Amino acid sequence: MAPTGWFPTTRNRSQEGLGVWEHRGKVAVVGIGNSPTARRWDETADTSVGAWAISAAQKALDEAGISRDEVDGVVTCPQGMGSPWAPNPIPEDFAKAYEPTDNPDDGLTGVSADWIVKNMGLKNVKATYHTPACISPALCAGAQVVGDGEASTVLVIRGTGNFSGRYGQYGAAAGDTASGPGQWTNPWGWQLIPQIAYGFDQYCRKYGSSHDRMAPFVLNQRKNGALFPEGYYYQHRPDDLKISVEEYLSARWICKPMNIYDCDMPIHTAGAFLLTTAERAVNMKQKPVYVLNHVSQRAKVRSSVETLDETEAFTDSIARKVYEGSGLTASELDICNPYDGFTLFTQYFLEGLQWHGVQRGEAHDFYAGDISVKGPHPFSSSGGNNGNGRTRWWNQLDCIQQLRGTAGERQVTLKAETALAGAFTPNMSDWMVYGTSPD
Amino acid sequence: MPKQAPVPDELSKPFWDACNERRLVVQNCTACNRMQYPPEQTCSECGSEHNLEWREVSGRGKVNGYCVMHDSRIRLLQADQPFNIVVIELEEDPAIKFLSHLPGTPVDQVPVGASVLVDFQEVGPGQLIHEWRVVG
Ligand SMILES: [Zn+2]
Repeated sequence: MAPTGWFPTTRNRSQEGLGVWEHRGKVAVVGIGNSPTARRWDETADTSVGAWAISAAQKALDEAGISRDEVDGVVTCPQGMGSPWAPNPIPEDFAKAYEPTDNPDDGLTGVSADWIVKNMGLKNVKATYHTPACISPALCAGAQVVGDGEASTVLVIRGTGNFSGRYGQYGAAAGDTASGPGQWTNPWGWQLIPQIAYGFDQYCRKYGSSHDRMAPFVLNQRKNGALFPEGYYYQHRPDDLKISVEEYLSARWICKPMNIYDCDMPIHTAGAFLLTTAERAVNMKQKPVYVLNHVSQRAKVRSSVETLDETEAFTDSIARKVYEGSGLTASELDICNPYDGFTLFTQYFLEGLQWHGVQRGEAHDFYAGDISVKGPHPFSSSGGNNGNGRTRWWNQLDCIQQLRGTAGERQVTLKAETALAGAFTPNMSDWMVYGTSPD
Repeated sequence: MPKQAPVPDELSKPFWDACNERRLVVQNCTACNRMQYPPEQTCSECGSEHNLEWREVSGRGKVNGYCVMHDSRIRLLQADQPFNIVVIELEEDPAIKFLSHLPGTPVDQVPVGASVLVDFQEVGPGQLIHEWRVVG
């Protein structure tokens, strides 16, 4: 096969007015798998992102009760979120254990579809694609590929490596000059974190709120993480989830008004989802979770920053597309898992979606109520990246488990028949809408 | 405080050359009568590349908002933490936003809404960069 290309953006559902998704209810998630988690890679082949991606994918296949030979499509988000492994030499045991691709970092920082096909020995794959940034666009692509009949059984995978050293402080961040798009931002240190912090400050000025009013949401995310056995904190550092309001409020600033607890912690892990047609899904082992819609947001900002007006317009647009393509209304959406890594932008999604009636400027009041998973407003039941470590897929995983009724201690007490999850930012994100029924 | 020095490219060179003459210029589409910053190959409104010009602006603006960086990924800025990162809106068109460290303004005491004036700072041999100071 030719090397995998990017999923064409023309196939993303990024426009408004497209109507109900043409494959609504005809594609289902039939398997989920998560590898072990670690804070950082220990540099052995067995715990490499590649090895763990294979183990996650195998779990998803085992759950569904199908063999590797039945997989005919693979979509991955090939970029990890941490630093590149290069120029470190490839560890010998990793090089011995796995077949390489053209990218020496493949299987170390992330996994390409080609690496998966080679190293899982997938013989019948006829469609492969890559997507940027998160597993969410890979899930959207996978759903469209199955819906369009390009492949019938698709593995969607992301692995993300985390190595030693300070996160993100390499490449353009480490130099004395700024070129390309960075020449307009990097001299002042403007990157995603200041963007989110500035936006949150604008939000607080507009609606008369303040950073301390984030505490109930941040603490609840960590409570939900303590109920998520697949998560990093649950497995390795459960005590870190038990922070008090005082600890949250006195935590060190990263970029005021964003503190360390508003950020998700980078981890080393891999996850997989298995998608197939609704017809095939009924013969597999798990209760199918149907895809009702997928949505992408690819918005352009007017100038060098994203203003609060733009953020609100972008998240309004996401909500309109979510509801239009799924045929659901806000009151028909049971599980709501928008992205939380950083916690300071989650309110834009919540308010855009108007989940449980939350309007613009009301999110922090909503957080002050009962948002626990056993309560009347079980918002972000996954605990997100904040409660589980940075992967950008806990919210997707939680949707599947809630709709299957297998979320364990996180299972909401309300009805869980429809669900939404997505990442990453208001201007660039991808969303999946799920239902227990194909109709 | 030290900053990464911009590396001018074909598109940005007129902007940085103007900075070196202590002039602030903004790309403007004469067909749409619309400014855009950062500069682009085409007008983001009409899509045309033919009507773009460099328009000199007053250098007056207002503080739109800010945050205070304590833990930057940009190595060159780390010695000066914490520092203000301020969003400036241009007088001629408030949709045009610039960034600033707002030299002369204490950390976390940024007067949102205050008037500012462009200033230029040397960030590399012979390269000035646009900065802003609170006036009045
Ligand atoms: Zn124009």
